Amino acid sequence: MVNAKVPEIHISQVQFQPEPQAADGQLPAVAVEASPIRRFLLSRGNSAIADRGFHVLMVLCAFSIFGIVVLIAYELMTLSKLAWGTFGLDFFYKAFVDTYSNQPLYWDPVNSHFSALPFIYGTLVSSFLALLLAVPLAIGVAVFLTEMCPRVLRGPLAFITELLAAIPSVIYGLWAVFVLVPLLREHLNPWLIKLLGWTGFFSDDNPTGLGFVAAGVILAIMILPIISSLTREVMTAVPHSQREAVLALGATRWEMIRMGVLRNARIGIVGAIILGLGRALGETMAVTMVIGNSPEIHRSLLANGSTMASVIANEYAEASSNLHLSALTELGLALFIVTIVVNAFARLLVWAVTRGAPSATH
Amino acid sequence: MGVGIEVTTLNAWYGTNHTLQDINLHIPANHATALIGPSGCGKSTFVRCINRMHETNPIARVTGSVRIGDLDIYADAKPVEIRRRVGMVFQRPNPFPTMSIYDNVAAGLKLNGYNNRRELDEIVEKSLKNSALWDEVKDDLKKKSGASLSGGQQQRLCIARALAVDPEVLLMDEPASALDPVSTSKIEDLIFQLKSQYTIVIVTHNMQQAARVAEKTGFFLNGRMVEFDSTHKIFTNPSDKRTEDYITGRFG
Repeated sequence: MVNAKVPEIHISQVQFQPEPQAADGQLPAVAVEASPIRRFLLSRGNSAIADRGFHVLMVLCAFSIFGIVVLIAYELMTLSKLAWGTFGLDFFYKAFVDTYSNQPLYWDPVNSHFSALPFIYGTLVSSFLALLLAVPLAIGVAVFLTEMCPRVLRGPLAFITELLAAIPSVIYGLWAVFVLVPLLREHLNPWLIKLLGWTGFFSDDNPTGLGFVAAGVILAIMILPIISSLTREVMTAVPHSQREAVLALGATRWEMIRMGVLRNARIGIVGAIILGLGRALGETMAVTMVIGNSPEIHRSLLANGSTMASVIANEYAEASSNLHLSALTELGLALFIVTIVVNAFARLLVWAVTRGAPSATH
Repeated sequence: MGVGIEVTTLNAWYGTNHTLQDINLHIPANHATALIGPSGCGKSTFVRCINRMHETNPIARVTGSVRIGDLDIYADAKPVEIRRRVGMVFQRPNPFPTMSIYDNVAAGLKLNGYNNRRELDEIVEKSLKNSALWDEVKDDLKKKSGASLSGGQQQRLCIARALAVDPEVLLMDEPASALDPVSTSKIEDLIFQLKSQYTIVIVTHNMQQAARVAEKTGFFLNGRMVEFDSTHKIFTNPSDKRTEDYITGRFG
């Protein structure tokens, strides 16, 4: 301080509190006659056994999750041993060739020919189609909700978006069968064929409306909530000072969002997208209902296909031979490993961005 | 070169909180002007009104007029145009962590579509030299991120970022309050050098800092400007009792 004239307090002026004095140099005596409350509390003991029991119970709960994962993996491996022994790695990339028609033959339970190829293809195509549709939409929703939405609407809109995640997937499937597929068949598909038919990705040989596009659209709707809510979370974690830094340089609102928010949140957004991918890869019911379920590989996105999850759902109950069962289980194991790795990676990315995030104050 | 700022009956609110009341003030061009006062007295709100950052908060409101040079910033211009002419340095250093040192400095220019590689190089070098950071970072301009620097270096990087767009006015909202004494004195030296070229308005808690760097000082209290005069007069012979009480440490 300049010219500091702070009044000083000298130590001699302070009134100190007296130290407690025990009578006759003895410690203060303990009350001899216990009150009823004291007697009641003393009669409770130290509760050591109950506490120990609680501890064990909680440890069991925690480890049961881990145990379930290990058991699933173990069971999948034992059951798929037969298929692994028969086909080895060929299962994942080789196709058989039909000796009569000279056409590739991927999945033929009657002759015990099994290859995962069309299902891997179907899973990848439908999932990436879903990401292609869902990602821009989800980021748009998140940007609107965090940066532009009036405060009154923010809560309800976020709630409705997240409510989409609570709808059972069979309901999505039903809606897709009765509303989405007819819509695609009558309106979108003819238009796609006319406009983009020349690319070969939209050929006019499947009049049902089922197929990869239908599966991709329904998956996109299903993964939208998780991507948008996580994107919202990582965007809110970007400190307000970053937004101000960009604004103070003369940025418009969009430039502020691009440079101050999206750029800082990008790793977390990638995490959110991968988490969405994880859901899309494993989604079963809705996809089974609209993808058409044929174990074939077509270039056309309007063709029928099948995914790893959908073929398991369709055939497991009716599999006749042990090899068929084992092949389906091996598909399940592959799906299990891929989704666990994808999810773990995505969580790691989201965590990297949101950890140590300051509370979102305006 | 900097321009003067003329503030007339400026009032500002946060919600129902009347944070600035009838401020009238002339800030001279190419000098440093310090604003002092206890926490919550409105001095930060005041500088945020000069580049229209105050209104980025949805509950904030402003009336009155602020002229920068001959531009009435509330009547004749959009916030984006004002902020391109008025640089701002914040209390906590806020470099862009995902950008290199170079990109941090060039951010304001790139934002506005300035892409001439060779000129950008020159401007980045000049801005970093002006903010006394060049010698410390010149070897890893594009290798290191803005967040890898120390706190004091980050703040000088933020100053370089503000200088790169060649502002007429430089607002500094407690630029050294989050820094250690060595970094603080570097920032003060910098303000001392820069004030011949820019109009600088610096908000500070540290009265010695105001005394060291500014020609003019304004004392704010409870949303009003109590006194505005030459720094020398404010600190040696203030005309208001409250100013005297504050600078002698009686409160605040």
